[in-house]
Amino acid sequence: MAEEKKEYWRWLESNWTSPDIDWKKGDVISAGVDVGSVSTQAVIMVDGQLYAYANMRTGSDSPNSARNAFAKALENTDLTEKDVEYCVGTGYGRVNVPMAQRAITEIACHARGANFMYGPTVRTVLDMGGQDCKAIRIDDKGKVESFLMNDKCAAGTGRGMEVFSDLLTVSINEVGAMSLEVEVEPEPVSSTCVIFAKTEATGLLRQGWPKNKVLAAYCRAMAGRVNELLQRVGVEKDFAITGGIAKNKGVVTRIETLLGFTALPPKYDTQLAGAVGAALFAKGLAEKERKAKG
Amino acid sequence: MITAGIDLGAKTVKVVILKDEKVIGRGIAVTGLDQKESAEKAFAGALQEAKLELKDIEKVAATGVGRTEAPYATAHITEVGADAKGAFFLNPAVRTVIDVGGEEGRGIKCSAEGRALDFAINEKCAAGAGAFTEAMARALERPLVEFAKLALSSTKSIPMNAQCAVFAESEVVSLIHAKTPHEDISRAVHDSIADRIISMVRRVGIEKEVMLIGGVAYNVGFVNSLNRGLNLEVVVPDHPEYVGALGAALTAAGK
Repeated sequence: MAEEKKEYWRWLESNWTSPDIDWKKGDVISAGVDVGSVSTQAVIMVDGQLYAYANMRTGSDSPNSARNAFAKALENTDLTEKDVEYCVGTGYGRVNVPMAQRAITEIACHARGANFMYGPTVRTVLDMGGQDCKAIRIDDKGKVESFLMNDKCAAGTGRGMEVFSDLLTVSINEVGAMSLEVEVEPEPVSSTCVIFAKTEATGLLRQGWPKNKVLAAYCRAMAGRVNELLQRVGVEKDFAITGGIAKNKGVVTRIETLLGFTALPPKYDTQLAGAVGAALFAKGLAEKERKAKG
Repeated sequence: MITAGIDLGAKTVKVVILKDEKVIGRGIAVTGLDQKESAEKAFAGALQEAKLELKDIEKVAATGVGRTEAPYATAHITEVGADAKGAFFLNPAVRTVIDVGGEEGRGIKCSAEGRALDFAINEKCAAGAGAFTEAMARALERPLVEFAKLALSSTKSIPMNAQCAVFAESEVVSLIHAKTPHEDISRAVHDSIADRIISMVRRVGIEKEVMLIGGVAYNVGFVNSLNRGLNLEVVVPDHPEYVGALGAALTAAGK
């Protein structure tokens, strides 16, 4: 029997339900679904408090990915889809979320979500997603003031890190910690393009570089790339990182070194920001609709 | 007079031996860790074809990214200069040279005397280079030559949204899942890289004749897309990957 090829880039899917909230006692039940190019999150909120969520991989089409994540979020609750008063879709596949009444851009949702997840002192949000990277300036209400994004190139995105995890056969959950094992920081990988960086890294391995040193060089390059974006948008404290890469200590630590200050510690799963923001918008829209109906 | 030109590229090393303005030997080797060793291998191949020994070569000129590391070279010429010189030697009517290699795409505007007047390079990103099609052929699990040929029997043009080779790979996987015919995927991939190259070459201006050189000139799918995009027929010489080395050999001969 052929051995199945291990997919090192695969990160773990998860879901969670709050043990402290009884939704039946709540008033407004809202939902947010963030269909990203790589991952999809569904968040259920009761009166603006996080009640349940699921974090799944995006499949080959958006509607099914949304349905799948939504069902997973409801899995350990006795809620059904019709109990959800309002749902907002966001992310790359936001117009294809079947249970959503409205679509809102991921920039607005990430800003709002970061404000909830990290508190009103956050002024700059760096969202490092699967296929894009955004630097967003926000006010104390979580409203977007300005933003810059890179969605043209895999350099500085989760996909780039996945390519490296596969190349080095190190699990995506371990690449960050492993990159911090080096005693002396190597020079960053010089190629911007991930395809070229892969060739460069192969050369470094052939020269006898250990995996952790190659990873350190790549994490450093990635930190340098997003730091440029942050400087251009005008980074200001407090600073928070959302998205999958926020879980990669190797990149986060190096961004902090370049900035000269630290990012706020996450209290929630960092991949949830977009869906949390969408669920908060959904709550507001539900209340507005109630008012309109009298 | 017998001279040699050596082109030390990112992926391969090419050597051309020239005797009285006639090519008498060619050699190629994959660029390994030891560039000097790869160069010697390419030299050995060219010498064998020319039925010569190293001592018979009077002068050597080098080009390519690794040109300063070339053994035996007494003169150097930039890739752009070498491409222009080599292309003009093969066809004096050429005014635009498009060189697409493994990791670099170049557009060069040439004078009526075969000198490079202006150029544009895509050096930071695989989307305008051979590595792009290689990655897509891998995603379709087809050999590159077969993948390239598929484009010729496509009947439908579908747009690729992604520019980045890494993102395009995910897009190709989605197209496979959506049961898109492989012929149409191949065409979409080659149209995408051709568009990218064309917009780069437009920056220097496109004037006939247009010659396509570099290893990617062997890719029939790409040539097809490029011709359609430019609305003309590009000239593809024999041995398109050796044009830079030829330009260097001509430099060594004082041309």
